[in-house]
Order: sequence, then C-alpha cells, then structure tokens
Amino acid sequence: MFHIYCPYCEEYREEEEFHPKGQAHLSRPEDPDDCSDEAWGDYLFFRDNPRGIHHEMWVHAQGCRKFFNITRHTVTYEILETYKMGEQPTITAETNTARPAATASSADDRAATEVKGAQGVQA
Amino acid sequence: MSDIRQFQTHPEVEIATESPLAYSRQRSGAPAITVSSQVMLRERPFQGHLTLRGGAIVLDEALRHVLGLSLPSQPHGLNHDDSGERSVQWLAPDEWLLIVPGGEEFSLETRLRDALGDAHVSIVDVSGGQTVIDIEGEMAHAVLMKFTHYDVDPTVFPVGKGVTTGFAKTSAILRRSSASRWELVVRRSFADYLYRWLLDAGEEYGIGVER
Amino acid sequence: MSQSTKQPNRLAAGGSVDRTRTLKFTFNGQAYTGHPGDTLASALLANGVDLVNRSFKYSRPRGIVAAGAEEPNAVMQLGASEATQVPNVRATQQALYDGLVAYSTNGWPDVQKDLMSWIGKLGAPFMPPGFYYKTFMAPASMWMTYEKYIRKTAGLGRSPSEPDPDIYDHMNRHCDVLVIGGGPAGLAAALSAARSGARVIVADEQEAMGGSLLDSRDRLDDQPAHAWVTTALEELAARDNVTLLTRTTANGYHDHNFVTLHERRTEHLADSAPTIEGRRQPRSRLHRVRAGQVVLATGTHERPLVYGNNDLPGNLLAGAVSTYIRRYGVIPGRKLVLTTSNDHAYRAALDWHEAGHEVVAIADAREAPEGELVEQARKHGIRVIAGSAIIEATGSKRVSGARVARIDRDGFKVVGPVETLDCDTIASSGGYSPVIHLASHTGARPTWNEEVLGFVPHTVKGVTTTGGARGVYPLADVLADGAEAGAVAATAMGFEVATEARHVPQATVVTEGAACALYQVPHEKPTLRAPKQFVDLQNDVTAAAIELATREGFESIEHVKRYTAMGFGTDQGKLGNINGMAIAARCLGKSIPEVGTTVFRPNYTPVTFGAVVGRHCRELFDPERYTAMHQWHVEHGAEFEDVGQWKRPWYYPRRVNGRLESMHEAVVRECRAVREHVGILDASTLGKIDIQGPGAREFLGRVYTNKWAKLAPGRVRYGLMCKDDGMVMDDGTTSCLGENHFLMTTTTGGAAAVLEWLEMWHQTEWPELDVYFTSVTDHWATMTVTGPEARKLLAEITDIDLDRESFKFMDWREGRVADVPARVFRISFTGELAFEINVQANYAMHVWKTLFEHGDKYGLTPYGTETMHVLRAEKGFIIAGQDTDGSVTPEDLGMHWAIGYDKPFPWIGKRALSRSDTRRTDRKQLVGLKPRNPEVVLQEGAQIVFDPQQTIPMTMVGHVTSSYYSPTLESGFALAVVKGGHQRMGETVYLPMVDGTIHEAEIVGTQFVDPEGARQNV
Ligand SMILES: [Zn+2]
Repeated sequence: MFHIYCPYCEEYREEEEFHPKGQAHLSRPEDPDDCSDEAWGDYLFFRDNPRGIHHEMWVHAQGCRKFFNITRHTVTYEILETYKMGEQPTITAETNTARPAATASSADDRAATEVKGAQGVQA
Repeated sequence: MSDIRQFQTHPEVEIATESPLAYSRQRSGAPAITVSSQVMLRERPFQGHLTLRGGAIVLDEALRHVLGLSLPSQPHGLNHDDSGERSVQWLAPDEWLLIVPGGEEFSLETRLRDALGDAHVSIVDVSGGQTVIDIEGEMAHAVLMKFTHYDVDPTVFPVGKGVTTGFAKTSAILRRSSASRWELVVRRSFADYLYRWLLDAGEEYGIGVER
Repeated sequence: MSQSTKQPNRLAAGGSVDRTRTLKFTFNGQAYTGHPGDTLASALLANGVDLVNRSFKYSRPRGIVAAGAEEPNAVMQLGASEATQVPNVRATQQALYDGLVAYSTNGWPDVQKDLMSWIGKLGAPFMPPGFYYKTFMAPASMWMTYEKYIRKTAGLGRSPSEPDPDIYDHMNRHCDVLVIGGGPAGLAAALSAARSGARVIVADEQEAMGGSLLDSRDRLDDQPAHAWVTTALEELAARDNVTLLTRTTANGYHDHNFVTLHERRTEHLADSAPTIEGRRQPRSRLHRVRAGQVVLATGTHERPLVYGNNDLPGNLLAGAVSTYIRRYGVIPGRKLVLTTSNDHAYRAALDWHEAGHEVVAIADAREAPEGELVEQARKHGIRVIAGSAIIEATGSKRVSGARVARIDRDGFKVVGPVETLDCDTIASSGGYSPVIHLASHTGARPTWNEEVLGFVPHTVKGVTTTGGARGVYPLADVLADGAEAGAVAATAMGFEVATEARHVPQATVVTEGAACALYQVPHEKPTLRAPKQFVDLQNDVTAAAIELATREGFESIEHVKRYTAMGFGTDQGKLGNINGMAIAARCLGKSIPEVGTTVFRPNYTPVTFGAVVGRHCRELFDPERYTAMHQWHVEHGAEFEDVGQWKRPWYYPRRVNGRLESMHEAVVRECRAVREHVGILDASTLGKIDIQGPGAREFLGRVYTNKWAKLAPGRVRYGLMCKDDGMVMDDGTTSCLGENHFLMTTTTGGAAAVLEWLEMWHQTEWPELDVYFTSVTDHWATMTVTGPEARKLLAEITDIDLDRESFKFMDWREGRVADVPARVFRISFTGELAFEINVQANYAMHVWKTLFEHGDKYGLTPYGTETMHVLRAEKGFIIAGQDTDGSVTPEDLGMHWAIGYDKPFPWIGKRALSRSDTRRTDRKQLVGLKPRNPEVVLQEGAQIVFDPQQTIPMTMVGHVTSSYYSPTLESGFALAVVKGGHQRMGETVYLPMVDGTIHEAEIVGTQFVDPEGARQNV
C-alpha cells in the first residue's frame, strides 16, 4: 500500500484514493493522420518496463481528481518524487546513479529477492 | 437561450420532498439518542450545494462581493460566513463547494454569474445529489477512524479543515466545522450505504440519530 | 491449595497467576482447571498434559515446546459451539478463560488413539520428503485422491460451518512512531519517543507488555524487572500522545511503513465477544497503521538444538522452561537435563533448581563454559558436562532419558562414550535468532551476523531495529539501544529529543561467556539412519530430509524449502529456519550466509478472516447505490439487478391468481405494455455530466466520434466514444443546454470512468480548451415514460407543449411536470415514443407517484432493466460493455453514421480506424441472429461456427452478445459478433452447445422491430 504525495492537495494520501494510469510523459503524436501505422501502434501499445526508475501518471481519483506524475523505483517501490502535470522529473534513470549507496544496495538486495522468489512455487 | 442555461429546480408550490436518507430511516431505523450515546448523527438535508470551478482570484472576488465570504485559497480550507449558515470549501485547485440554506442556490448562482461577467467559470447546482450528516459526541473521532483511512486526529485535523477522501468503500467529504462537530457531505446514492455503515460502526458507542 | 492438587505441575508460589480463582476448561473433551493469568499452554502444562497434538506427516506425539508465537505444536482448534470455531490458535498465545473449549488440530480422530501411527511407522514411504513436489509432478488425479485424505489428517484446522456470531472491524491509525514489541527495547523506545511529543503506538502480542522482563531474573534500578515495566507503562498510559495495544500482533509490514496490527480484543474473555449494555463489540480489530517511523523491537526466538527424537513431549526450549516457572508458576516436569550452546540458557536450570526440582545435568557444547550463570549453576551443585550435548532423547510418549555424549562440532561427530541420563524434561538452547520477519516482508534480505550467530535485518527506509531483533542481548545494552532507537525515530519525524528523555533504568550486569555455533547435534549414526532429528516441528521436516534434498540436487535454499516444506504455512520458519539453513550449508559445504535465507511473508501469525474482512461483509460488503425512487420499487415487489454498484429494478413480478409471475412472464407483460400502451423506467442511474465553457463544443468533437459543431440549444444527439485504439468505450446522448453548456449522459457502469477520461484528456492533452466537467448523476432523478400513450399521459401533468411538431424527436424542453420544474428529453431507447423526465432528486418521488396517479387509465406499467434490454435489442441499440468488449470499433457495430471522418480535429480513435488491423474485412462484426427454431433463446456468450461438422476444436468465428425472447416477434432473437458478418446476411451459422445440441441461426440485420424508426417519431 503506497503512501502517495498529491502535489495538488499538498499532502500524503493512501493508495486507495488514487488510480494508476500507466507510463508518464507519453505524448499523442501531433498529427495522427500523418503518422505511420507502426508509429501509431507504438504510441498505443508499447510501454517501458524498467527495473529501477520509472515515471508514472496517477490521478487523485477520490480526492482532488487531478492528474500528476510520480517517479517510482520499481524494485524498492520507493516514490522518489511527485510532480504536477506539465513539469519534468528531477530524478531520472541517468541522475539516479548519484543517489546514496545505502538505497542503491537495498534496491539490489530487493532485486535479488524478487528474482529468487520468482523461481519457486508459492509456499 | 444564453451561453449557460441556469435551472431553477424548486417548484413554486409546496411539494413533498424526500431527503437522501428518507428510505434509510424507514428501512434501518434511527436509534434514539440516550444518555449513554457517545456518538450522535443528524442529517441536514435540503441545503443548496453549488460546485464552483474556475480561477481562484475571480471566484474569490465574486464571492466576497455577493456573500461577503472569501474563497479558501489553501488546500483543504473551509470558510464560513458570520452566521455560520453558508460555507465554502476547497476541493481542488480549481474547485470549491458552496453550501447555503436551501432555496438560495438559484439566485446565488445568478448573482455570482452577474459578478463574474465573462470569466470562464462553471457553477453547477448539485443540491439534489448531496446531503450533510453531522457527527458529534466523544467517540465521533473513533467512529471516523473506523470509517476513513484519513488521519482524523484532532491535532492534525483542525477546525476549518475539509477533505475529500475514502470512507468505507466509497468516498465522501469530511469537514470539521467546530471543535465538537464533524460533517460528512455524502452523495445521494451512497447515503444509505454510509448511514448503515455508521450505525454499525457506532453500535459499540451507543450511536443515536437525532429525529 | 486444593486446586493445585488437580494441577500437579503448579508451583505453590511464584508467577503472576491468581491462584485464588479457578477457571474451568476442556481439552479434547477432558475437563481441566487453571487460573486467571494462565495461557491455555501454561494451564495444560500445569495439568500435566504432555500430548497436545499429532504431527503433520508422521503422526508422532507432540507436546508444548515454546511459550510464545513460535510454538509449533500446540496449534489448537477453539470454540465451544459450531459457530464459534477458530482454527490455528497457538495455545501459548491464548489466554485462559472460564469455559474455554479446545481441541488438537492435528489429532483427528483422537490424539491418543493414534490412528495414523501406522503411517508414522511406515511414514517415510507414504509421505517422503519432496512429497508435495513429487505429488504435484504426478498426474493431477493422484493429488486429488491424496488431497482429501491428507488435508483431513494433516488437520490444518477447520472453519465453522455456521455463521459467526461475532463482529469484527478495522481501525485506521496514524502515528509518528510505531513501536512493535513491548519488551525492554520497545518500552525504552516508546518512552524516549513519547517524551519528545511524538505520536506513539506500542503494539505487543502478549497478554501483557514487558516481554522478557516479565520472567527476567535481572533487576532494574534495584527492583524486580517487572516493577519497572509497571512504572514505564503507567507513564506511557498517562500520555495523550501514546496508544498502547496489548494482545496485538504486528502481522504484516507493507510498503511505505504501512503495518497491519491484529488486536484480539475479547479472545481472552470468552468464546464469543460479550456485549456491553446490550451492544455488540468487535471480537478482533485490524489496525491499519500508517507510521512515520517504525521501531522493530521484536526480540528473539530461541533456537532449539536438533538432536534425535527432539520432538518427544518433554523437549522444551530453555527460555520457555523459565517462562513457565517464573511467569505462570508451572514446572513442566520433575527432572531436567539442559543442553545448550550458550550461557543465557542456564537460567532455565537455575529457575528449575530454585523451584525445588532436580537438575540432572547441563550438557554444554563449549569446552570451557565460565560465565556468571555457569558459576551460579556450579555453586548450586549442578553437574555441568562441558564439550557435550544431548544427541538423542529417549522415551515413547514423553521423555524418559537423555543420551549425552562428547561431540566434535567442527568434525560433526560424536567423539566420546554415550551416557544416558534419567530425566523427564529436556531444555535445549542453540542460541537466539533475531525476529526479522517484519523487516523482510517487503523483500529486504537480512544479513548474517557471525557475532550473534543469526540473521539481522537489512536497513529498510523508515525502520529502526533495536534490541534483540538486531542482535543486542545484554539487558543494559538493550535498554540503551531501545531509548536510542526511539529517539532516532522521533528525531526523523522532526521532534526534539532531550537527553533526559533517553533515561533508562540501571540494569544489573550479568557477564556471559561467548556462545558457540551449534545447530544439528551429531549422532553416532549418520543423519539418514539416526533417530529422527526434527528441524521444523510443525511441518515435520527432519535433518535427514534436508540432507536428502541437497543430495537430490536442490542447492538453493528456496528449493530446499519447497522440497521439504520447511518454514511453510502458519509457522513461517520461526524455530526451524536457521537450523535448516545450517544443515543445508553443512551438506553443501557452504557457509550459512552463502546459503542465505528464505523469504518471510505476511502474516507473521494467522489472522482470522473475520479480522481481515472487518465490517465489509454481509449487507455492508459493497456499497449499494439507490435512486430517489428506490423505496417505491421495493414496495412494488421489484426484483433488483446489480449494475455497477447500483441496485436497479430488474423486473416487477405481479401476483396473478395467487402466484407470483416468473421473470419470463413479467418481462413479456412489461414489453407488451411498452409496445402497446405505456411503461415507465427509473433511468436515474445513467451517468450525467454537466459541461460548461467556451471550449465545451470543441471538446465534445474531440472525444466523440461524431459531429457536435452544429448542435443547437434545445437539441439532443447520440454520441459514441472510442479510446485512441479505435475501440468503443461508452455511448450516450448529449444535450445542448446553451451555446457553451451541455449535459452528457453515460452508461450506468461507465459514469465514473467517463468523467475521469474527460478530465484526463483535458488536464493532460488539451488544457488550452476552456471547459469544466461536473458530475450531476445524483442531482437529477430520471424517469422514462415510453409507449404509444406516453404523450397523452404526460400531457395531463405538464405545461410543456408536447406537440410532435414543436417538440420533436431528439429535442429537449423545460417546464413543469407535476408542478416540479423539469427538463424533458425526447429520446428513445425502446423504439417507442418516449419522454425522459429529469427533476431534482428530492422531488422525484412526488413526480413518480403523480405519474402513476394519472397513468392507471393508460395502463402505465413500471418496467425494469430486463424489459429495457429486450426492447432496445429488438431495435438493435447496443449496450456498451455488453455488445462491445473493448475490441469492437464503431464500424464493426455498423455505426458508420456516427463517425465524422471529415471533422477537422483528429478526434480520439480516428487514426486507429485506418490501421491495417481495423480495416480487415474479417473482423467480428455486429449482426442480428434469428434462431431457426423460434422457441430457442440462444445463450449469451455461446460460440458461433460456420461448419458444425468440423472436428473439435472447432474454428470459432464469433459469439452471442445479447439474447432474449421477444414477445413482439414471438421468437427468440439475438445480437452477435461474427467474422465478416456484415457481408454474410442471410447465411446460416451454428452454435454447438455443451450438451451436444447444435442450434442453427440466420444472420440478419440488427433491427428486428420497426427498422424505419417510425414508432419513436410519432
Ligand atoms: Zn489531490
């Protein structure tokens, strides 16, 4: 259960109040009619699935009903920042290499867990 | 017809009305308030509810002009007029809820629109779709803790705050209009579910309903 | 003292039980007594009950081993009546109350009769290690055969077959610092954090806070340790910023410091929660805590040593022996042998000796034990055998002796002669394992600490581990560490912690010698041939099983776990995990950290479904949304259908000749009423969105597939909404109220999603359009009056001019209906003349009833959703979500007329409609189906084939989306999607059914009744 900071309500709210809307910063091609089938298909169907830093769009469905973006680590599930629509993230996969070692190593640890855990049948 | 079509919902003659909790009181009852009731409920139906959307500056100006009430600019602000009968609450950076005595909403909307001129705003009458339930008593806070995941500790939820958040499996608006009174603004169609939920959760505190 | 004679193991003094009061209870049908302050386990031990269960796999006799959550054997079925049955309760965690009824979980049919012992003897071949693994590999049918039998004998407990009389609930909590564990570290942490002003919650799973201090030999500030506990609790309880939760287990640690606490509120009082002044109170409560900081002060679990027959009743953990003596005044035997790898466990021998019973010997695996406790034991004349360990317990249903020998730990062998000591109780201690379950729940891997010979938690953000849970053991250090942890947590939340706030009491210092590493004790025979040496008592996993697993090539500890079932289920490896890993490491020639640990999962101990569900059950399981006319529907006998969360009238069965109509009969009658006279539908549930702003019209043009530029005020238009992949998402009518003002309707189920969809496009793609959307679904009540007589009826109670020329089809008008201001829309979903009346919901019941007062003479008939479905399907009107499933385009529906390809803006879905995939001619397209046999009503969802003679699996070319009996056609009819269906009019398709029958149907157009639309236009 995430605890998500809504940049419009300016406070943390429970995950149940939000709906996830998938990858952030997708842009609809300016001129769809001028777009190849392949390019349109990419826009419609293809999404990133990184291990690590990921930008996602969420909506505060049970609160202010505003859409915003978050930067989330897909291994530790840590939400590193949330920012309003139209703003850019300050933390990206490129900048994140400079983050403190402790977090990085716990991330690696968690990653090892996930991979190992996936091998067996659930107990 | 003008660009926006206002609509007076109230008849000119006396017509029987039914509040959103009319069926609930009949079906689930309304336990009496006794000396051992630590939680009390009271429905305050038939008020005028208007949803205001637009820029804070123009809406604030119009509201001050028409009602002498200033628009809360900070998230979760809740302002009352001097009589305490009219209130305006922040819902989102471009959305506020105005609650006034029932029947005032149509003329209020007209006056606001006049004051707003050409500004791009939206004013929507939602009076038929909402009702207000007051929750009072020493265990009101405990019932709310069962009801919502929002932090309702009086130290972090001061008087003059209002939030839209999750209640049981739906959402509602919670406001603290005085030290002793919490208000829930609920949607009509969910009112029965939330009412039954409150009665159930409040049983151990001897919940009673003002009739 | 008379009670004590009935409780042979009850000491005359000591412990915190109230010997002046007697509580009666039964176990496996036998009556016993205990005292307030007992747990079920301590009372059973006081009564000399050795045998509490049969083991899971081998059906071996088992007794109580521990005194806390880690107990593997004394897992009970509780409940005095069928309705109050609770499975999986640890006797060590269940307070005794008068009238308690307990049964062994694994004891079917009788714990003493030992029905399964033949399997115990033959056990290995029947259920060898890897049983689950191998059985799952076998044909599935084999497992089905085994399962019923094994599950029953395995006795995983049973749920009640009658409704639970109790209620349960949830409470949401928020705090700055959540302290988990109310032992010395936890209390010290709570005090320092609370003194800073932080909001603190302390949760402890036991009946009383204090943890190890409740049975400690240590003194604090020169007082017995429990006296300080009382002082500390008084201070905490007096503070407004502190919440103390006893009998409350932190069961799950979830992301972002969300912790679930299971509080057993009345489980210690009675079989079912007592009422207070006639009011029910929740039996259990699940606290859902969002904590700023979490302090894990979960302490340690003592590790038993792994030796032959270490599962015989009479084998206990050393610490548990001390707890039973000091806290409950119960001594679980007469003659004790202690086998240990450390000093701390000597307390058990000292407590036993001080209670006046014989300590036969202490087998200490270390060559030269020499700490303070060792010296005390020697002073008391207790024999200490250094360099040795118990290699095997002897006895049949209870320990009768201990075989002790000198061992070579590094060489893993017995190196001296074996001496058999006469005893009835063995206490063992292989050291202490920090309780790290919670710290691992979100996936953080613990790290091995060679100094404490245990895994300690890895750093988790927002979590501070303290005391035993991170391998700090001496009491003085634990208190200081706890105070520091509380201060760190409070500081992290922005509170200032003064130096005095960290004050902790002075503890007596007991110097302890270093412990040695010992897990499995070597036996004279190799592990595979030695008497069974149990690692996981609850799942019956032996050292031999682990050795076998590694020999069969299972090298990952996760695989060993699956192969052997070690640490499975409700046990979660509390006692056995480290020993199991150590054995796997020995067999693989690796170190313990190289082997690593398995993953711990929530819940730490079992939580009843009641607590998980809380109040969200029965009538409150899910929200039920009602319209303003709901009470009328109820009073008129409506059957209801769930549409989203709404309760909609489905049909209104009438009583005819003393018999209630069937659904079919009611629907036929309702359909005829609408087609021949007039009917009325409560349509209030349709989503309604008020749209205002100069950009509204442009916005509509972008989200709908059709054109909106020219819709004039007073007019209504049907609109189709696609996603950008070109697939239909929702539909509805939108009315132009003013030049910049529209009222959109959506499907009942799609209302919230459509509003969010509009907001998303506005907020993220087109913020430049000046438009606002506001839900008015609940504000308006909507009633559809439809049928040939609709105009005549409405004319009686409205001032609106209903003339067909001035109020045309797809117009809307304002006026009064039954004196109430109303908007009336001339739209039709039935194909008949129809008026949709919208009034403010508080007045709706008046208008509805007035319509009936005037409607009688016209035969006004209320109809429900089933009739609505039939009538609309006869007209080929789709229901988004029923006839569409997210893979259907407007063209697939044959709705080319609703697509504005030449609109200037590339509206949502447009581009996708020219993708090669959406241009395929063999796409599934919506058609009508007319069964050859008019009596057949095809099944919705039935698959369609072109050739019924083909071999199975047949090539399926479509399916039925809507199917009904039509009273108008006097025939069944259906809507369906069929590959290339639009080009196949008149062709025959086949619908093979499960029972072997094959229905034949003709592909026809979708409009079965009045295809010209004349009837709605009158
Ligand atoms: Zn928000």
